[in-house]
Amino acid sequence: MWTFFHRLASPPHFYELANKIYPWIMVPGLALIAYGTYAGLFVAPVDYQQKDAFRIIYVHVPSAYLSMMAYMTMAISAGIGLIWRMKLAHAVAAAAAPIGAWFTFLALMTGSIWGRPMWGTWWEWGDPRLTSELILLFLYFGYLALRGAIDDQSKADRSSAVLALVGAINIPIIHFSVEWWSSLHQGATLVREGGPAITTDMLYPLLAMIFGFTLFFGAVLLKRVRTEVLARERRSRWVQKMIMPLEGRA
Amino acid sequence: MSDWDTHSPSLWGAFRALVRRDLLLAWKRPGDVLNPLFFFAMVATLFPLAVGPNEEQLAFSGPGVLWVAALLAALLSLNGLFLTDYEDGSLDQLLLSPQPLPLLVLAKTTQHWLISGLPLVIVSPLVALTFQMPDRAVGIMMVTLLLGTVSLSLLGSIGAALTVGLNRGNALLSLLILPLAMPVLIFGARTVALAAANDAVAAGIYFLGAYSVLTMVFAPFAAAAALKISNE
Repeated sequence: MWTFFHRLASPPHFYELANKIYPWIMVPGLALIAYGTYAGLFVAPVDYQQKDAFRIIYVHVPSAYLSMMAYMTMAISAGIGLIWRMKLAHAVAAAAAPIGAWFTFLALMTGSIWGRPMWGTWWEWGDPRLTSELILLFLYFGYLALRGAIDDQSKADRSSAVLALVGAINIPIIHFSVEWWSSLHQGATLVREGGPAITTDMLYPLLAMIFGFTLFFGAVLLKRVRTEVLARERRSRWVQKMIMPLEGRA
Repeated sequence: MSDWDTHSPSLWGAFRALVRRDLLLAWKRPGDVLNPLFFFAMVATLFPLAVGPNEEQLAFSGPGVLWVAALLAALLSLNGLFLTDYEDGSLDQLLLSPQPLPLLVLAKTTQHWLISGLPLVIVSPLVALTFQMPDRAVGIMMVTLLLGTVSLSLLGSIGAALTVGLNRGNALLSLLILPLAMPVLIFGARTVALAAANDAVAAGIYFLGAYSVLTMVFAPFAAAAALKISNE
């Protein structure tokens, strides 16, 4: 068990492993997204209140979920990197941040497009979730800016890890305070007692999209971590050997 | 026990000595204390000039304007929290001292609050009067500012510690701290607005109190960890 973790933490081993499992995550993810898109657009019945406009839920909810999930991934791996001084964990945190920021942006954009026909406005300050999503985007910007401002790699890793952890403690508080501040958004429909308040025809594509997006996130994360590892280990022998095999032989 | 050990001050002694030293430094450079206050008053003046002298409108937007101005003024002074110590090398002494670093960070933050947060609370009624704020709301506003600026100083100490050695620290510091400070702003401003409308205010004040206790417990440790990282 422990040797497995030690091997996982070693960059060349991780690089090879990531290479191997990447298609096994990406292909099912894309398949689920393809099914979810088709079923969401053509199979799911029209909502009697929102008509066809509700269909944007199939992009909005998975992106909003992943915007949080990516932050959690970032904060947890930052914590692991900080506590056990594991370089690979820092690479994961660094790779997760931009993806999370994009998902947050996507959630904001689709929320805004959805709001146009529903609330009659592109932006509704009275909606707590939209507002806390915006603050989440600012948290991502802060993280990326701090990382960008520090030249030394190890220092940048650890400083941004502290920030990610402080942010992670604050996210529920921010969300709660924004909720207190005002409330207009519809309540949770998926997770609640007595089962979801949504027909199965609408639910299955949504679940497919959520799982599909998650797998897609995992695959993109893997790809980014690989690049991150290559860039960080660029002076090591195994990277130079792999990139310029002929030079090594000559 | 070595001779050196017996001469190192107690925890409380070190805390007091550090606060006293920094207060003395601030006394010798009164501009550092006064500038954020002028800034606070000036930002609060900008709003009526921008939106017009309509009394109703000013009374309505007063709590929000005051809190935004207070937040920005607190940020303004944060950049210098560790900077002068970093430049003259006394930060290294703090890091090397036998006292636990979180305690020393708490001392620096206390000092920062005494010279930036507290004066702000004292000056705020003057500004609030120009916004036609009712008397009860002025009292509530002072309470929220008192609790809120404690959290702001503590949260800010984390940001200041993270950015202390960086050249372009000031803009970055705002970018890091402002999203974290949103709960304080929300509860602070809304509570004052509720007070102005003669509504119940206990929830907001409890929250601000709880949040300042929470930051008091966690922030010194985070800031100490950050200081160690950015000062190696």
